[in-house]
Amino acid sequence: MSSRAPGPTDGAVELRGIVKRFPGIIANDNVDLTVAGGEVHALLGENGAGKTTLMSILSGAYRPDAGTVSVGGRAMSFRSPRQAIEAGIGMVHQHFRLVQPLSVAENVLLGASSSFRLADKATEDRVAELAEAYGIRVNPSAKIWQLSVGEQQRVEILKALFREASVLILDEPTAVLTPQEATHLFTIMRKIASEGRAVIFISHKLDEVMAVADRVTVLRAGRRVATLATGDSNKADLARLMVGREVMFRVARGDHEAGAPRLTVKGLGATGDLGLPALRDVTLEVRAGEILGVAGVAGNGQRELTEVIAGLRPATSGEVAIGGRDISAATPAERIGAGLGYVPEDRLGTGLIPSLGCIANVMLKRTDEFARGFFINKQAAETATSELVDRFDVKTSSLHDPVSLMSGGNIQKLLLARELSAEPGTLVVAQPTAGLDVGATEAIRRLLLEQRDAGVAVLLVSEDLDELLSLCDRIAVMYEGQVMGVVDAAGADREQIGLMMAGSAGARA
Amino acid sequence: MSASAATLRPRLVKRLLPSRVTRLAVRVGAVAAAFVAAALFLLLAGNPIGPVFTALWSGSFGSAYGQAQTILAAIPLVFTSLAVAIAFRMLLWNIGAEGQFYFGAFGAGAVAYAWPEWPAPLLLTAMVLGGMLGGAIWALVPGALRAYLGVNEIVPTLLLNYVAILWVDYLVHTVWRDPESLGFPLGKPFTDEATLPQLGDTAVHTGAIIALIAAGVIAVILRQTTWGYKIKVIGENRRAAQYAGFSITRNIVGVMLLSGALAGIGGMVEVSGTVHRIQADISPGFGYTGIIVATLARFSPLLILPVALLFGALITGGVELQTIGLPSDIVSMLQGTILFFALAGELLVHYRVEWRRPATSGEGEPGGEGRALPGVVPSGT
Amino acid sequence: MSAELLLTVFIAGVAAGTVFLFAAVGEIITERAGVLNLGLEGMMLVGAVTGFLVNHELRQLWLGVLAAVVAGGALGLLHALLVVSFRTNQVVTGLTLVIFATGLSGYAGESVVGVAPPATFEPVAIPLLSDIPVLGRIFFQQNGLVYLSYGLVAAASFWLFKTRPGLNLRSVGESPETADAAGISVTRTRYAAVAAGGGFAGLAGAYLSLAQSPSWVPNMTAGRGWIAIALVIFATWSPVRAVFGAYLFGCVEALGFRLQAVGVDIPSFFVSMLPYLFTIAVLVVISRNSARRRLAAPASLGNAYVREER
Repeated sequence: MSSRAPGPTDGAVELRGIVKRFPGIIANDNVDLTVAGGEVHALLGENGAGKTTLMSILSGAYRPDAGTVSVGGRAMSFRSPRQAIEAGIGMVHQHFRLVQPLSVAENVLLGASSSFRLADKATEDRVAELAEAYGIRVNPSAKIWQLSVGEQQRVEILKALFREASVLILDEPTAVLTPQEATHLFTIMRKIASEGRAVIFISHKLDEVMAVADRVTVLRAGRRVATLATGDSNKADLARLMVGREVMFRVARGDHEAGAPRLTVKGLGATGDLGLPALRDVTLEVRAGEILGVAGVAGNGQRELTEVIAGLRPATSGEVAIGGRDISAATPAERIGAGLGYVPEDRLGTGLIPSLGCIANVMLKRTDEFARGFFINKQAAETATSELVDRFDVKTSSLHDPVSLMSGGNIQKLLLARELSAEPGTLVVAQPTAGLDVGATEAIRRLLLEQRDAGVAVLLVSEDLDELLSLCDRIAVMYEGQVMGVVDAAGADREQIGLMMAGSAGARA
Repeated sequence: MSASAATLRPRLVKRLLPSRVTRLAVRVGAVAAAFVAAALFLLLAGNPIGPVFTALWSGSFGSAYGQAQTILAAIPLVFTSLAVAIAFRMLLWNIGAEGQFYFGAFGAGAVAYAWPEWPAPLLLTAMVLGGMLGGAIWALVPGALRAYLGVNEIVPTLLLNYVAILWVDYLVHTVWRDPESLGFPLGKPFTDEATLPQLGDTAVHTGAIIALIAAGVIAVILRQTTWGYKIKVIGENRRAAQYAGFSITRNIVGVMLLSGALAGIGGMVEVSGTVHRIQADISPGFGYTGIIVATLARFSPLLILPVALLFGALITGGVELQTIGLPSDIVSMLQGTILFFALAGELLVHYRVEWRRPATSGEGEPGGEGRALPGVVPSGT
Repeated sequence: MSAELLLTVFIAGVAAGTVFLFAAVGEIITERAGVLNLGLEGMMLVGAVTGFLVNHELRQLWLGVLAAVVAGGALGLLHALLVVSFRTNQVVTGLTLVIFATGLSGYAGESVVGVAPPATFEPVAIPLLSDIPVLGRIFFQQNGLVYLSYGLVAAASFWLFKTRPGLNLRSVGESPETADAAGISVTRTRYAAVAAGGGFAGLAGAYLSLAQSPSWVPNMTAGRGWIAIALVIFATWSPVRAVFGAYLFGCVEALGFRLQAVGVDIPSFFVSMLPYLFTIAVLVVISRNSARRRLAAPASLGNAYVREER
């Protein structure tokens, strides 16, 4: 049983002249988009190009400031996501809208049926049948928190199919999948499209756009730059349209002799937030003057690894050492003292405190330095902050205003500035360029390379394989809490890395 | 789905940086609105509005006696509010200021009854220490439970209030009973050496000075010391504080001790300056009212002073209400109403209301500098 | 301690525990929707005085109960208005509610302090069931409100876990964004849950002033509302488990009164301290399981839900 296949015009989606503004920026500037039923259409652009905003409008989460939306030939004005769902729009978000403690069937049913009683068996069977029809392997009575990320995403797709969506939108769906899972997803997408539905997916990855989309619309800085059939284009063209100039696929990275091992991790084990093991017997070493990358699909232990090294999460086994000194039992303050700098993924949260100003945030790592007995030397703190802000080109209206008002790039620069100002010998950096525009990304990458050249040992965790390949000397691949292999970046084979990301062991460098 | 009718709908738009003027206006507006609401309530309940407000005024600011009483009521409030403020700043919900107040009074009383003949400066200082110690100990228990066992402090601090009051009640009925009190048991009166002296020839005692000093000290701690900075950081973002190396457990215990000590001094000052003995009812809820005062004052030690004065006036005014046959419970209701409006008003400080025509109008917020604002723009645009 | 005495402790324990049970079940519903209601104590007091007053004026016990439920529910709506629509801090709002409602109840009940009620809820033996040895005496020789509590707990449990509206409520408490995207109104669900919690609290108060200690005394709840809040954590947000906790606390209370009968000579003040200290001890003991308990707590508890602006 598949869910009701839509009629010939049902899947047609047309967005015309969409404008959406937020304080300070125009997210969508007069954007048009037309997708036909039966088509797989990619929405391509860098972070900040306006892709998610546009789809949020189509899915009813936002109201456009101007422009029209039509689905199946009829003009629509969605006042809530629910209305969009009823009109046949199904969206699979980047951050899944699933209720963790409930089961797959309960999540699929949420808001989709109006019977008073929860009739368990019958509905579970319906969900199972639906899953079967699309090749989605998932157990209807499993609780969401027990499922892998890929499985959870498939539950999201099931939800849309259950509601007989005529338009399926996927937001960066492969961000959390291995290359093999991504291929499986593409198969599902094709099947759905073949029934006459429209499939729109948001991506910033050229490879997959070329692989699965029929047509692609490129957005840049809020505007629609082009719409083409993928058959009529190639990666280089698309990249140019996306970025607006010739793109260097590799950042210039000089050769550098690495020194002695500085950060070593041996047999490290740790438990995740849900009580399940997150790290299993992880052994790595980062040498002075090298960047060791950690590749892997998000959720395979990378975050827990950085937290254990920083002292924010206890290890259940193994040890961590810096410069030969065992810091496994050390507090975060002691690790900072041992020369550790940490730029967490969670910039405005663990890294910086959004409601406090630059000075207060810089003081976070150097509280003792600015103390005079019990009292704070406010003058010194302000001077030091001012220097840092100048040196690292952080643009802010005032050192006292909450840092949440700064742009993403400046926040990251401030965070990095603060960490580097302590002149750490070891730097652990997670997702440093996520969500940043091209200018800020280049600046951050340059800073990291500078540190490496100056002899700092850098552990770089990133979901962007291109970034890792261009910045790192060696790359470790993590899968389900284990290190599958470590390879030299110089001769690395993307497919080999992809296989390791999916769980098959590879060579060790 | 048809286009919606062109009705204006209110939208909440976040203000980027609320101005001081807005903040003040909203708060003053809240107090005014609360009084209006109270007047309406009285009207509906068939009570005369005029006499009520007149009584409130005359009881508090309308006479020299009233003014003194107002200050006397404000003094213990300052201490409990400071106690609450410093804990709430760190998101430590110390609801036990009432119990810590009582236990501080117990501590001070123990000293006063043990060494009644000591010279006044020595005895009074020892009593202050006794009060601090009593309050601190009473706060230490829930503080330690929270710091080391992760037990949420809301219920323990609160239940310990009842226990502290029962404890003092017990002492007043047995060991510390004044043999001359008939019927209703009272504690033995304090000696002159154990009594805080008056200020000049007013009815106000030197506890007022101690209160001012306490507010000043806390203000300095919060603004100028590293401890105050750590408290602020932990309250704003625990994770970042942890990463910065601040010991959360040590700060929880430290802040609870300070909080309890402050409430405890309040207890000492009340029994030594105003009541002159230990007795069962030394607080008409100072610990709880302190929560309202601290919240209204946005946990600022200096703002606590005028707000405490206002609420002291309400308490004294409430006593006056009884002369026209109304229970002073009305004052609790008024206090609660003021805070309700102030809390609700907070929304207006951070957001303003815009009337928009849906889906057609094009004005967003004026752009300003034209830079992206991650706080408002959702991730992954 | 004789077996007979022990039996009377259990019987009194069930009776006393019913106050906690009503309040806790209501709070469970509220918290499962993601809202923390610390105003229980105040809502109970308002329920107590309302029930007492209505019974006093109209001589109708069940009408008094109904009035108490409505009064508690009204206060619940006030709490919801503030924390859901105005997004005020849930802890401070709840505390303020207690202060306000305590004053309100004192004001309203001034004229009936210490007055004897015209009628109270008396124990009614259920035929057949009350003849069961031991259990019959404990559970089926209680007053009408206790029997109501049995039904309400079963209904609440069924509703939460076996019906669609219950599923929707739980999703709102676990992940309001998801519920919102699925078309469930987070606002309406939370308003309803908080109002219901208030209604249950009012019911608990009415039980106190019309059945347990028939009278009106200012502040007569003496902290039971706070104990009920601890009880919700102890019961890991499950109405059925709340029953055990409620009766446990009820028995501690009942035991305290009977200690002197057993010849234990403790001053009454310390006996009165027992329930509070016991509650704290329970909280300490269950804190050892804190990781699992934290998982059981509704994920969005205490946080206002702000839909991303449209």
